[in-house]
Amino acid sequence: MNTPDGHWDVFVKGLWKENPVFVAVLGMCPTLAVTNTAINSLAMGAATLFVLFFSSLLVSLLRKVIAKQVRITTYIVIIATFVSLVDMLLAALVPDIHKELGAFIALIVVNCVILGRQEAFAASNRVGPALLDAAGMGVGFSMALLMIGVVRELLGNGSLFDIPVFGSSFEPWIVMILPPGGFFTLGFLLLIFNTVARRRATRSSIVTKA
Amino acid sequence: MAQELLWIFISALLINNFTLAYFLGICPFLGVSNKLDTAMRLGLANIFVMIITALAAWALNTFVLIYAPYLRLISFIIVIASTVQFVEMAIKKWSPELFKALGIFLPLITTNCAILGIALFATNKGYGLIEGIVYALGAGGGMTLALVLMAGIREETRVLDIPDVMKGTALSLIVAGILSMAFMGFAGMFSAA
Amino acid sequence: MSEPSNIPLRSDTQEAGPMRLVATLGLAGFFAGLLLVTGFVYTLPMIEANKAESLRVAVYQVLEGCAGFDQLGWDGQKLTTQLGTGVELAPVYLGRDASGRVIGFAVTTEEPGFQDIIRAIYGYDPTTDQIIGMEILESKETPGLGDKIFKDDAFRANFTALAVQPAIVSVKKGEKARPNEVEAITGATISSKAVTRLLQKGMEAWRQPILDFQAQLDPQGENTKSQ
Repeated sequence: MNTPDGHWDVFVKGLWKENPVFVAVLGMCPTLAVTNTAINSLAMGAATLFVLFFSSLLVSLLRKVIAKQVRITTYIVIIATFVSLVDMLLAALVPDIHKELGAFIALIVVNCVILGRQEAFAASNRVGPALLDAAGMGVGFSMALLMIGVVRELLGNGSLFDIPVFGSSFEPWIVMILPPGGFFTLGFLLLIFNTVARRRATRSSIVTKA
Repeated sequence: MAQELLWIFISALLINNFTLAYFLGICPFLGVSNKLDTAMRLGLANIFVMIITALAAWALNTFVLIYAPYLRLISFIIVIASTVQFVEMAIKKWSPELFKALGIFLPLITTNCAILGIALFATNKGYGLIEGIVYALGAGGGMTLALVLMAGIREETRVLDIPDVMKGTALSLIVAGILSMAFMGFAGMFSAA
Repeated sequence: MSEPSNIPLRSDTQEAGPMRLVATLGLAGFFAGLLLVTGFVYTLPMIEANKAESLRVAVYQVLEGCAGFDQLGWDGQKLTTQLGTGVELAPVYLGRDASGRVIGFAVTTEEPGFQDIIRAIYGYDPTTDQIIGMEILESKETPGLGDKIFKDDAFRANFTALAVQPAIVSVKKGEKARPNEVEAITGATISSKAVTRLLQKGMEAWRQPILDFQAQLDPQGENTKSQ
């Protein structure tokens, strides 16, 4: 994992090979709950990226100071701090989006992707790689959210970023912006992802964790 | 009052089911629930932790957080996690039977989004003590229902001939989508009168 | 962000003493507190301003010509402008126009809808005993169907002059005959009925207190006559 030369790999693996949503299937709750429009997905992705980036920075800086026995508690305190900050910032700067996302911003705390990266990477790596890893995972997560959000908004509302795309003759599939649409979209995207990944590489075995 | 409590309960149990409408507690829903018996016990443990959480959240909101609202998230997480651990120890000591049934799930559940969800949603909705407990009962019951339904369906799908790429999470998600659609039918049951 | 770069780095020992554990947590708590309080102090005025602004917009929408308003309190007996100990805030706002004349009352209320609780604010004019405007503040009604309660202009037109006596009732579209009837939206009857019930509930709770308050505020009733 510790690749001082292959910094680019550290970043890129989060985008595809170890994508937190499509490969590891982590952080399902925000992935499905707030992706009914592209804008909400983007906001959630950005908030998660922010929290992941700064948590990794702090955890990596403090990795020699944090005692092993209380590390999880410490990580959670750090993560919760940044989530509270992002919650306040969104409420102050973009109150409409904050209202749409509601309690799901606070729920970033229990997004396993973030705690997972602290434990698996930031805690045992220097600041540089840790930040690259966080950025890669965060961008990979945001990309996945945006993909789901785009599909759901296009089909469910006939628009993209609130701009009508299909014209008035299109009858929106309302179910796509309702909860079942979240399950269906992710289900089908996973199907596509699995198919592509399988064709690309029969050599690598895909580990699906719950 | 009684009618409001009934609405809170039914809403959390069926109409706004935690798992199928709010996507909370998806991890055990997609991952663990393979056997009916396990799903049932996991669900019960969930209800149990949720009630403790509702109590803890109410106490924090009433006595601590009015003075320091910015500590809400941190205190919720820490207090919930430690309370559950204390209760776990207590059960282990006083009722090994109960611990055997629920015990292994307790640490798993504490880090579940549904648990923090209960605390946050009850706070956002401004629920008091009794409302919070009823809400926790409804939400926990709803999750149990979803887990058990899912486990039942997955037991059936094991004997089916499913394309390789679809096995696992993709299939579970699509089944969950259909379940979620079925639960949409409960909407409006309270206001139809 | 304050970077803790000046902290002495020690190599991790397998057996950390209890003091070390407490120190770790204390350190994390210290940074957490520092960041949180900074963020809180910085964002609080903005968040409060946003909240006040959205309330202001809502009240101005349901009370036409409103230029200022005060939240009223409930002292256990009656509505009062004196907010103090023993007085709890009531979901009732007293609206004035630019010249300071009382033009009506805005009331917030909620009721279970099709999917979840619907929260709304409505304007009530006690001199004509009518509801003069209604805005949905929060709802999760089905997009395309139930969300017509705030997107459908024909439905919203129900609330520009709606009599509240003897009671607000819901009727089918095109069957409105009396001033106290609300025409439901075809295909979203449940949501429409929820809005009707919501208004009725709000009026049951606050109509008499508002009338009493109005009478006390202005015994002759000339100050508030509409037009």
